[in-house]
Amino acid sequence: MIAYILKRLLATIPVLLIVAIFVFLLLRLTPGDPAAILAGDAATPAQLERIRDRLGLNDPLHVQFFTWFGQMLQGDLGTSLISNTDVVDMVAARLGPTINIALMTIVISVLLAVPMGVIAAWRHRTWIDVAVMSFSVLGFSVPVFVIGYILIQIFAIELRWVPVQGYAAPTDGVGAFFSRAILPSLTLATIYIALIARMTRASMLEVLGEDYVRTARAKGVRENVVLFRHALRNAAVPILTIIGTGFALLISGVVVTESVFNIPGIGRLTVDAILARDYPVIQAMILLTAGIYVMVNLVVDVSYSFFDPRIRY
Amino acid sequence: MTELPGSRHSAFQVLSGMLSLPAGARVGIGPGLAALVLVAIVVASICAPLYVPHDPLAMDAMARLRPPSSEHLLGTDPYGRDIFSRVMTGGRVSLLIGVGAAIVSVTVGLAIGLVAGFFRTVDGIVMRIMDSLMAIPAILLAIALVALNGPSLGSVIIAITVPEVPRVVRLVRSVVLSAREEPYVEAAIALGSSMPKILLQHLMPNTLAPLIVQGTYICASAILIEAILSFLGAGVSTEIPTWGNIMAEGRSYFQIKPGLIFWPGLLLSLCILCINLLGDTARDLLDPRMKKREG
Repeated sequence: MIAYILKRLLATIPVLLIVAIFVFLLLRLTPGDPAAILAGDAATPAQLERIRDRLGLNDPLHVQFFTWFGQMLQGDLGTSLISNTDVVDMVAARLGPTINIALMTIVISVLLAVPMGVIAAWRHRTWIDVAVMSFSVLGFSVPVFVIGYILIQIFAIELRWVPVQGYAAPTDGVGAFFSRAILPSLTLATIYIALIARMTRASMLEVLGEDYVRTARAKGVRENVVLFRHALRNAAVPILTIIGTGFALLISGVVVTESVFNIPGIGRLTVDAILARDYPVIQAMILLTAGIYVMVNLVVDVSYSFFDPRIRY
Repeated sequence: MTELPGSRHSAFQVLSGMLSLPAGARVGIGPGLAALVLVAIVVASICAPLYVPHDPLAMDAMARLRPPSSEHLLGTDPYGRDIFSRVMTGGRVSLLIGVGAAIVSVTVGLAIGLVAGFFRTVDGIVMRIMDSLMAIPAILLAIALVALNGPSLGSVIIAITVPEVPRVVRLVRSVVLSAREEPYVEAAIALGSSMPKILLQHLMPNTLAPLIVQGTYICASAILIEAILSFLGAGVSTEIPTWGNIMAEGRSYFQIKPGLIFWPGLLLSLCILCINLLGDTARDLLDPRMKKREG
């Protein structure tokens, strides 16, 4: 098991290395001079040259890459071109809201989607099944921000149950946090629920036809035990896989949702950085999100054996 | 050179499978309805310039944010432009981006996938690169590409295509990996067929059916991503109305004029819903195994 985890960790190195090279080249080879952005419109060519020198933009490409990469390995992601603050500090300051909303989204999604999928498979070809599948197809079709605005319109503007926008940390009071975090989490959860419910249903349908399910029912095991202990555990692997790969959707959704609800998280930070061409921040964020994605999927792969002891590493 | 009928035959089977339904396949009323709605939206969008009552770009400072009336069916936006005309015209570019991104992704993915699946030597490297691309969230990659290449139609299509290509490559590669072990491919190699001929004539037809399904999904997701890109300020130039652009401009006026987000959002969601439903139907018809799995 430990050997497997180590092997997988080693395998993530080339993936992240290629991401790093890709991001580096992407930013260096496209038009647009960071020095010109930094210097502003009134800069003289001599000033531009000095800034290029200071940023190392005059060095050959591979020298720039290794300088950047070496610094990154030491935990130095550079300083923002726009605000001149340390990128690590910027990201750290914005990480809290995003992590809180993402965790809440995952909890809501799994708690709702798995039972939805199980019940849809259990009551296959009834109105419940049709309703769950319809929700699932609809969830894929409506843009995240439209869902966000519909929820704002209903719960914040018409019913006035929660504030329209903004964010409060859990330390500011649990009530304040939940009332502001619930709509963004539900918005983000919609597509995730659609994805997980669909996969749970498909996976359960396959398992419910198995002999051991019939045996369990025949010997009088209660139906909820059959569903959740016998069937769901055996259907778990594809569900876990989709939770892992769907994490990319979640990261993309965070970017949009934070804009809709004015949440000061890393999603907004990234969009603002990209639109302002703040290269060090863009590099750091793309590497960070790619790293998180790879790690989440590693955890998912390792957790297979927990749900299905037949899988050993 | 002897002609090997095997692959021709399978290509024919694929196409006939598309056109006429295999025995026992049942298609409910849903897909027919979806096709009808989709055709209606596509035709309405393409023909928009023929029937919309106002120039979608004509501003009128005296008629800002008007409520719906007989002159302005859905009212006017903050610049006094007719919302109905803008929403109907906006569909053209959104749909064009969807179809364009699907065609480019499938073509590029097919080319890379065929080569990666057939030549073991490049397979490892290509697939590592594809894995890495897939690790970058699609939206972030797309915004970065548009921000760096400028907000033109072409750069938006490329930005949507780049994150989709790895998925197509994986699909094509997996089909090629199993097809290359088939006797007719081995026979073609033994007979000395040229490499392009083996790839295009013997292996490519196997990938057509899954690619058509994948293409519809890419088209739907491209329309969604265009909307998100515009919404975040990294889409097609705001002078061209697209569903995404109209919604993006509606952001600041959401509380006064929710229609700016809801009407384009409704058409866009309806459109994606229909494309996805048709994609599901095509998948079920082409791959009965999946049908059984999904119920």
